[in-house]
Amino acid sequence: MNDLTPTREQRQAALEGLGCRRKRVEDIRFTQGKGNYVDDVKLPGMLHGDFVRSPHAHARVKAIRTEEALKVPGVLAVITAETLKTVNLAWMPTLAGDVQMVLADGKVLFQNQEVAFVVATDRYAADDGVAKVEVEYEPLPPLMDPFKAMAPDAPVLREDLAGKTTGAHGPRKHHNHIFEWTVGDKEPTDAAFRKADVTIKEMISYHRTHPSPLETCQCVCSFDKVKGELTIWGTFQAPHVIRTVVALIAKLPEQKIHVISPDIGGGFGNKVGAYPGYICAAVASIVTGKPVKWVEDRIENLTATAFARDYHMTTEIAATRDGKVTGLRVHVLADHGGFDACADPSKWPAGFFNIVTGSYDFPVAHLTVDGVYTNKAPGGVAYRCSFRVTEAAYCIERAMDILAQKLDMDPAELRLKNFVKPEQFPYHSALGWEYDSGDYATAMKKAMESVKYAELRKEQAEKRAAFKRGETREIMGIGVSFFTEIVGAGPSKNCDILGIAMFDSCEIRLHPTGAGIARMGTKSQGQGHETTWAQIIASEIGIPADNIMVEEGNTDTAPYGLGTYGSRSTPVAGAAIAMAARKIKAKAQMIAAYKLEVHEDDLEWDIDGFRVKGLPEKFMSMKDICWAAYNSVPPGMEPGLEAVSYYDPPNMTYPFGAYICVMDIDVETGAYKVRRFYALDDCGTRINPMIIEGQVHGGLTEAFAIAMGQEIRYDDAGNVVTGSFMDFFMPTAVETPRWETDFTVTPSPHHPIGAKGVGESPNVGGVPAFSNAVNDAFSFLGSTHIQMPHDTWRNWKAAKSLGVFAA
Amino acid sequence: MAKTHITMKVNGAEVEGLAEPRMLLVHFLRETLQLTGTHIGCETTHCGACTVDLDGKSVKSCTVFAVQADGSEITTVEGMANADGTLSALQEGFRMMHGLQCGFCTPGMIMRAHRLLKENPTPSEAEIRSGISGNLCRCTGYQNIVKAIQYASAKINGTEFVEAAE
Repeated sequence: MNDLTPTREQRQAALEGLGCRRKRVEDIRFTQGKGNYVDDVKLPGMLHGDFVRSPHAHARVKAIRTEEALKVPGVLAVITAETLKTVNLAWMPTLAGDVQMVLADGKVLFQNQEVAFVVATDRYAADDGVAKVEVEYEPLPPLMDPFKAMAPDAPVLREDLAGKTTGAHGPRKHHNHIFEWTVGDKEPTDAAFRKADVTIKEMISYHRTHPSPLETCQCVCSFDKVKGELTIWGTFQAPHVIRTVVALIAKLPEQKIHVISPDIGGGFGNKVGAYPGYICAAVASIVTGKPVKWVEDRIENLTATAFARDYHMTTEIAATRDGKVTGLRVHVLADHGGFDACADPSKWPAGFFNIVTGSYDFPVAHLTVDGVYTNKAPGGVAYRCSFRVTEAAYCIERAMDILAQKLDMDPAELRLKNFVKPEQFPYHSALGWEYDSGDYATAMKKAMESVKYAELRKEQAEKRAAFKRGETREIMGIGVSFFTEIVGAGPSKNCDILGIAMFDSCEIRLHPTGAGIARMGTKSQGQGHETTWAQIIASEIGIPADNIMVEEGNTDTAPYGLGTYGSRSTPVAGAAIAMAARKIKAKAQMIAAYKLEVHEDDLEWDIDGFRVKGLPEKFMSMKDICWAAYNSVPPGMEPGLEAVSYYDPPNMTYPFGAYICVMDIDVETGAYKVRRFYALDDCGTRINPMIIEGQVHGGLTEAFAIAMGQEIRYDDAGNVVTGSFMDFFMPTAVETPRWETDFTVTPSPHHPIGAKGVGESPNVGGVPAFSNAVNDAFSFLGSTHIQMPHDTWRNWKAAKSLGVFAA
Repeated sequence: MAKTHITMKVNGAEVEGLAEPRMLLVHFLRETLQLTGTHIGCETTHCGACTVDLDGKSVKSCTVFAVQADGSEITTVEGMANADGTLSALQEGFRMMHGLQCGFCTPGMIMRAHRLLKENPTPSEAEIRSGISGNLCRCTGYQNIVKAIQYASAKINGTEFVEAAE
């Protein structure tokens, strides 16, 4: 050793491994405008496709006349359902086991439904062609209210299902019924309610909204007639799944389909599903023999390409007089729109909504979900959450506040009294999940101390007294939310998509000079995988993160994976990375033992290489082992240093957190100000704190938007009235509050590095914190529950209905 | 449709091309000039992903016709790096402060911040938030974008940057 020998700390720091606030690799290209997004793909002779869409929510299509459109200069083809029938693609299967029209076949079921696809030499010509397609409609009565969907005289939406009394998830009760999903024990739950000292019941709605990533959904399809190969560049969160779906429905050999997800401009669940634009562009390319690009505009994205939420949750809690919960009963009416295209694991028609017992020790619970058709857009996607988990978290967190109000208890105190305790983990919930780990009370108490909760309640009491004395027109709300998520779908015993188990994968190849490449089954849409995946490898095998290139999104080179959504990448693929790295490390140890002339068991791992126990000067770095792997491996060993892992997780992970929102509302105008928002997250082991904080900021901003105004709203005639960024609330830097982040660390016991996933926690936990703040503000005026979204107008209406204005 | 011959100076280089009168500037930049760093997020002037600098002003290039930009001087994100190819203070600020995630709003955000710092070299947090309120970001919640612009402001002015506590 000499003075130039790096210290252990320096060697550790040089890796930029777990826990490092490593700056992002991706940013070098993104800050210079050198990203490569789908719309940046330009191929020789490429054509553009654009849709003719229905102005009606429900109508019979009597005729489609394309002659005038075909006369428009540059227009080459107009594809309709009749064209698609020749290749058996007029309808496509959905992830939820239903079928969906690709183009209107006989009728339309929602406004802006795809009716015809115009293919032209450029996007302007395609748009001209769209304007010249004549469609004759016979309007039918629209069904917009899900509560009227199963009325005896409700219009029949899905004529294709006539006479089918069974759907993909069991019996159908009505022509507009999709499924009924039941979990839990009815009798013991009913008994708990009969015996309860106190019960509450409230219909809690989570309105329809939309993920609206800044980049819309788009693709370029290029069919090579000579080779019979189809290449698709697309905004896909799950490229391998898309390849398999295309193989199944287009009857192309899977090895001849190349799916490429280049850089993706945000996903938030919007880019999980398969949409008509992808099918039409592929068919158009096959028909014309030229590449075809489809890029939807923002209005199309908001009104036709998926939606999120639209859950109407009648929620009941039974409790003792002193605030111990004894039972939970929930009935959900789920509005799925015109087709059931929800993007959930195949056996889960309501996703993981049965996490609705939340962080609380409910001895019994019973849940029923009824899915119905209405004349709205299809595609219930998990908007920055695991499948229906944000609906469940909102449901239980709002209901716990309502119970606290009825018991005249502080909402934080009620939560502390009912938390699942640390010694109860692994905890088996009444609705069937096994929570892996948690320390809820510690997190809740840390949050309360950080915001000086007791002082806030005191201030609130004083303000309420002042309000009643007429000295102020401002009311103050303190929103408490304590959420438990279920993410990391998922174990093959629970989860599959179209029969494919929801594992994920990583392949690592190390090169002779001590560098390498990791290829993944996941696909970043902004999560920073190129940065964080390399950090896991760095910590596992001592190769600096800077020396590891991460590649995702090319189905020809990446190992098969199920993609990125539902906070599954770190719980599933993150584990695959560690497992692949450990395979490499095991081989590296054999090589090191051979080179150092000792037995493997005499070696110990030391940051970035192996050291002989008791002989600190005998050390072989991973860099040197990489070189040796390509020239002097032990006799009988194959050369090279690479491994692949397909990881089927033993359980989900259960991140949790405590969020507190302080809000002031002016009852005269309904205007609100978020004074403070504190978010404590426990996502287990923290890979890159900088990226975690960034994820939390972004998720909280989406939660803020959803809770305070972001809504896909329809009028009674079925028109979308919030179909552009003019009307659909997208907060700017001015409205967006300042976020405070904090954490505790409770590692997952079953994950190789103890990580749980975090990207969606802030959306899941944030929405109830905002809504509880608004509801808490109004509660002393006599209200129990005010439905979201809590925009200024609705706040003013709430104030008015509570009689705060003089007659 | 008849096309018009237009010329402009883009990122310091004289360029020319043919454009239909209805062609949007953003399509001229992206498709005719192959400068795909400028993005399209809404086509209705709300999101600001297409923001470029036109004759010393921030404009949303989805709401300017290419022919209106005839004879003008335009800077896009591709023209923002230092002459030696290193990241400019703003680009560096976005990276150091984690002011971007998916990167889709970033070119527009950087172009708007560039003009904001020309207009007001030492903006307060409120002035930054107001100054970028024509640009939407879905990933970051803006907090780190504000820090990125503060970082760049300090670096350009040669003052010390003090990062706000989380």
